[in-house]
Amino acid sequence: MRAKLLFAVTGLLTLPAYATELEISVEIPKLNVAEYHRPYVAVWIEGSDSKAVADLALWYQMKETAEGHGTKWLPDLRQWWRKSGRNLDLPVDGVTGPTRPVGRHTIKVDAATPSLKKLPAGQYTLVVEAAREVGGRELLKIPFSWPARAAQSGKAQGSSELGAVSLAIRP
Amino acid sequence: MKRSLVLAAALATLVAPFGAVAHKAWLRPSQTVLAGNDPWITVDAAVSNDLFYFNHVPIRLDNLVITAPDGSQVQPQNPATGKYRSVFDVQLSQQGTYRLAVVNSGLFASWEEDGKPKRWRGSAATFATEVPKDATNLRVSQSVGRNETFVTNGSPNTTALEPRGEGIELVPVTHPNDLFEGETATFKVLVDGRPAAGLEFEIVRGETRYRNAQDEIRASTDANGELKVTWPSAGMYWLEAGTEDDRTSVPQASSRRLSYVATLEVLPQ
Repeated sequence: MRAKLLFAVTGLLTLPAYATELEISVEIPKLNVAEYHRPYVAVWIEGSDSKAVADLALWYQMKETAEGHGTKWLPDLRQWWRKSGRNLDLPVDGVTGPTRPVGRHTIKVDAATPSLKKLPAGQYTLVVEAAREVGGRELLKIPFSWPARAAQSGKAQGSSELGAVSLAIRP
Repeated sequence: MKRSLVLAAALATLVAPFGAVAHKAWLRPSQTVLAGNDPWITVDAAVSNDLFYFNHVPIRLDNLVITAPDGSQVQPQNPATGKYRSVFDVQLSQQGTYRLAVVNSGLFASWEEDGKPKRWRGSAATFATEVPKDATNLRVSQSVGRNETFVTNGSPNTTALEPRGEGIELVPVTHPNDLFEGETATFKVLVDGRPAAGLEFEIVRGETRYRNAQDEIRASTDANGELKVTWPSAGMYWLEAGTEDDRTSVPQASSRRLSYVATLEVLPQ
């Protein structure tokens, strides 16, 4: 009896989380403005204490310009900057990339990613923040729990700088 | 008689360099949260009735001290003083927090010589040589004023914010460049390096021209010298506190007036 119970408990503990995949879709909306610039977008995960635990994506102007890299404008992503950005050494492999055009963009992250591998169990929030030059700023949140024992999905709809944002977790 | 009145008025403006009666003195940076290799900011320095509008006199930049994130002192660039404001640029070549402060320490004396009133202004060092020891009706007062703001490039740090130990100073519990609407910030307030309890602050958000009341926030430090402020909305805020004590640098000075002003930027959520 005891041996069986031990096995069952161990079985639970060794449930592989690394096979889990997160798929995030971020829509950059078409805007009718005279002077359009692709938005800066940050996607990250924060814990129930609102502290960032993982950066999933950062799209910004990576080219050299007269003002240096577009890093000058990163603080416009106000919440991402204070929670994560200002402590990062940019660029970050697998996270940073150039700004994206209008349309739907997919970010796939698997749980084997170093930042997620050791994520303790609990409630988390996926946050997407966008800021556009001579435009506005919008921030969307989708809650989820970790690890994912069953499939999870969530949606958020932006009204200005972001379109539809969705999260799908496949264990 | 008339001349002494004019002199008295002149002395009044000198004695109260921050226009303690009605005016507000302030340094206003163009931005407080920055990123990049070598960002620059520009700062306005003025004394005015309203926040943050230029309508009175500039703040002289003689006693401007800019402390870099590594604790060293850096020079302003392109300083200029005009009719209503002074302006200067700061090149933020280091990562971390810069402290920009105008610190005015003044010793003022008045006495009578041959029946005529005499005024003097100087420092503890020059007092001994310039003020006659047997002056009639000698009155000496002292003032220590700090007017500062903070700017961070990249990740904030606190080296430049270390207290100097003289006058009123604000020490972060909450970093001054980490202020957001709706959140409560905590600062430790020191006088001569020691926590000051019961020190009252007047806090006013800028853009006073576009509303009907000052809407000032009054908050005092608690028994531990801590000041807590919950920011009602985003904006540039002016904070002022003042006190008097008798911890003067020369024995002839009976009292010392301390004043403190800080300009803090509060961002929206």
